[in-house]
Amino acid sequence: MHEILIEEKILARNDEIAAENRLALSSRGIYSVNLVSSPGAGKTSLIESMTQHLKDLAVSFAVVEGDLEGDFDAKRVESRGVPALQITTGRACHLDAHQICHSLPWVYGHEGLELLIIENVGNMVCPAEYDLGEDAMITIMSTAEGDDKPLKYPAIFSASELLVINKTDLAPYTDFDIKKARENALKVNPYLKIFETSCRTGDGIKEFAGYLAALTKSKMK
Amino acid sequence: MHEMSITRSMLEIARREMEVNGIHALRKLKVRIGELTAVEPDTLKFCFDVAIKGTPFQGAVLEIEEVPLGGRCRVCGGEVRITAFDNRCPKCGSTDIERVSGHELDIISMEGD
Repeated sequence: MHEILIEEKILARNDEIAAENRLALSSRGIYSVNLVSSPGAGKTSLIESMTQHLKDLAVSFAVVEGDLEGDFDAKRVESRGVPALQITTGRACHLDAHQICHSLPWVYGHEGLELLIIENVGNMVCPAEYDLGEDAMITIMSTAEGDDKPLKYPAIFSASELLVINKTDLAPYTDFDIKKARENALKVNPYLKIFETSCRTGDGIKEFAGYLAALTKSKMK
Repeated sequence: MHEMSITRSMLEIARREMEVNGIHALRKLKVRIGELTAVEPDTLKFCFDVAIKGTPFQGAVLEIEEVPLGGRCRVCGGEVRITAFDNRCPKCGSTDIERVSGHELDIISMEGD
C-alpha cells in the first residue's frame, strides 16, 4: 500500500463547466449574476422591483430560476414581461454549473440579451461552494433576519461581490441594526459593495438597478 | 446539506485515480477543508461512510485536514491567524490583510491496494 498524490479541487469538474459557461456567456457579451439568500429575503421581489428600471435603462435581461419544486417564481417574473426559465432541483439545495450549462441554449434563444440573472435556491450555505460561471455573486439579506448573519454564514458573504440589505422599510419594527450588519459584512469580506433596498417602498431599487446596468453595459463589446 | 454531493465528487475523482493506478481497494482518502468553506467536516465524514457502503470503496477511511483562515499582512509581511474575522495584524496593527488560506476544498491523496 502506498500513498498516491492527487492534489485536485474536489469540485474541479463543476469549476471546469463553470469556466466554460463564463467563457460562453462572455463571448456573447452577456453579463451574469448569481442571486443568493436565505428563503424569503426577497430575491424574486428584487428582480420584480428592478424590472421597470432595467427596461428604462434599455437593459435586455432574462432570468433563470432555481427552486426545489414548482415554477412559482418563473411565473411571477414572466408576468412582468421578463423571459424566465424554471429549473427544479428536486432535493438539491443549490444550482450547479451543469444545470446552468443546460439552460444556456434557452438563454441564447433571446436575441440581443445583455444580462442573465440566475436566482439560486433559497439557501445561505450550499450555493457558496458552487461556481455557476457568473460574473458576480449577489447576496441578499433582509432586516427580518439577524444583523449577525454575515458572521454566522461567512462562506456566502465571502464568496459574494455585492450585498443587498433588503426590507429596509421593516427595520424600525425589528432589532436589525443596519449599521452593524454593514460592519459585520465588511469584517467577513472587506471588498463587498453594499446596497440598501426596500422592494415595498422602492427605496434604493433604482440605485441598485442602475449599478447592475452599468456593470452589464461595461461588459458588452 | 450539500456534503453528499461533495462526497460524490470526491468519489468520482477517487474512482478515476484508482483506475489509472490499478488500485482495487481504497484504504484512505485524504482531503483538505478550509475554515471558510461551507463544508462541515463531521457531516462530510458521515456522508462518506454512508456513500461507500456496498461499493468498491467500502472500508475506506476519510482523513480530513482542516485549514484555518489565515492571512498575510500587506504592510509588515507577517502571517496572521484570523479569528472572529478580526482583520488586524497582531504585529503592526494594519488592517490590510490578504487572505491566503481557509478556502480549500481539495483532495490531497489516497492509499489503496
